[in-house]
Amino acid sequence: MTESETGAEAETAASADTDTETEATGTRRPSVELDESDTVVTVLEDAEAGDVVTDSELEVTEAVPFGHKVALTAHDPGDEVRKYGEVIGVATEPIEPGEWVHTHNCDSARGKAEGRR
Amino acid sequence: MDTFDGYRRPDGRIGIRNIVAVVPLSVAVSAVATRIAREGPERAHATPHQLSADAPDATLEQTRRVLEGVATNPNVAGAVLVELGTERVDGEGIADAVAAAGRPVEILSVRECGGTAAAVETGVELVDDLAAETADARRESADVSELVLGVECGGSDATSGLAANPSVGNACDRLVDAGGTATFSETPEFIGAEHILAERCADSEVREKLLAYVDRREATAELMGADLRGAQPSPGNQEGGLTTIEEKSLGAISKGGTTPVQDIVPYGSDLPVGGGLVLMDTPGYDIESVTGKVAGGAQLVIFTTGRGSTTGNPIAPVIKVCGNPQTWDRMASNMDVNASTIVTGDDLEDVGERIYETVLETASGRPTAAEVRGLREFAINELQPNELGYFDGEGDGETVGSEEVSRS
Repeated sequence: MTESETGAEAETAASADTDTETEATGTRRPSVELDESDTVVTVLEDAEAGDVVTDSELEVTEAVPFGHKVALTAHDPGDEVRKYGEVIGVATEPIEPGEWVHTHNCDSARGKAEGRR
Repeated sequence: MDTFDGYRRPDGRIGIRNIVAVVPLSVAVSAVATRIAREGPERAHATPHQLSADAPDATLEQTRRVLEGVATNPNVAGAVLVELGTERVDGEGIADAVAAAGRPVEILSVRECGGTAAAVETGVELVDDLAAETADARRESADVSELVLGVECGGSDATSGLAANPSVGNACDRLVDAGGTATFSETPEFIGAEHILAERCADSEVREKLLAYVDRREATAELMGADLRGAQPSPGNQEGGLTTIEEKSLGAISKGGTTPVQDIVPYGSDLPVGGGLVLMDTPGYDIESVTGKVAGGAQLVIFTTGRGSTTGNPIAPVIKVCGNPQTWDRMASNMDVNASTIVTGDDLEDVGERIYETVLETASGRPTAAEVRGLREFAINELQPNELGYFDGEGDGETVGSEEVSRS
């Protein structure tokens, strides 16, 4: 949580000028892992592919907006997704470390018409 | 000992505002009530709502409970109850309760007045009289333990669970440590976090009641052939980074702090003074949820937001705590406390203390952003037909659905 936003953005702009690849911008984005058992971290700035989330030195492989989650570990469909040290849902698709975790690949296990856990 | 300056009522309760409430008994007279308050003195605030003159008994009982609770909230100096004349809800009974709480009360019937124009004219006279009668109320020092603080969240995003909610929870812990009552609600937003709340329940009776309420809310969604997805988390919540109801709930419950759960009470029911952390069973719709807690006697509400909610309440001041730095930049004029500094490394204790101080200042009369802008949203939860099988209408919540508690 130390990087200034302006500094980070300047760095992104600079790398966008020189790189045509989306990989390895190396821009560090602040993020927060709330519990050791968590399988995702929350990014505290908009992140682009190639950025690094600082807490875990993990490279983000796609754009992840402010407040959204990045997978720390690989998930198979059906695997628990954990944040706050608790289960927040299950993976519905294979998820690789560095990928954005949201409604397209993670679903609630609760409050459903088709059956509750 | 922390204190604030409030208005001592004849029933012993302490108000933090000196409001003349204009309370319609049905939707038929909501517009009349609003008009009376608008043409009356500034201290006159209406509580317009959408509930009909007739309804199933359980629905009517919940409406009565809320109207009575609102009209007897410690912030109310006096009340005018407005009716068309066809309402099944017991207006006389509500008036008796207001009188028993030591507050002056009048009933105004639009039919008896001979129409809305005459009713507005008479209503404004009544409100003026009540305002004059209660104008000499003076603030006196009261212990913070007499505060009942309602806590709400709306327009949640990922920052809610990281910044605004835990820092408000810290302020709740301070209030509870000082002997006061903090209450949060929105039962659908316990789903996925109820095991944490259950572990914190004061005893097994409270625990079973809590789990029954959660099961009931979850089952109601199932009963409707729908599920919570789409509504919980809302599209806005999802855009803000919240993927599932479990994730939203885990962030939401932190706004109540870390003290034991002493009880859970039905929607709009009395909240104890000096009761510690007490939950209320309400829907997730924030305006209805705030109304329930104000009907329960909360003099003050803290409302956390990430994406930017602006709502207030006609009876209780609403303090807006914002946890999203971008929202704070855009909407600071609608916010009271900036908790987004936690995202950039500020200490939770420091922000919690700032919120607690804001509570004391607001209780002593400092207007909130919503009050300054005259934002007074109000809505009463209406029990739906498919909920009636789950709610007995007596509002005890002790027995109904207890068989539902068997969980796997």
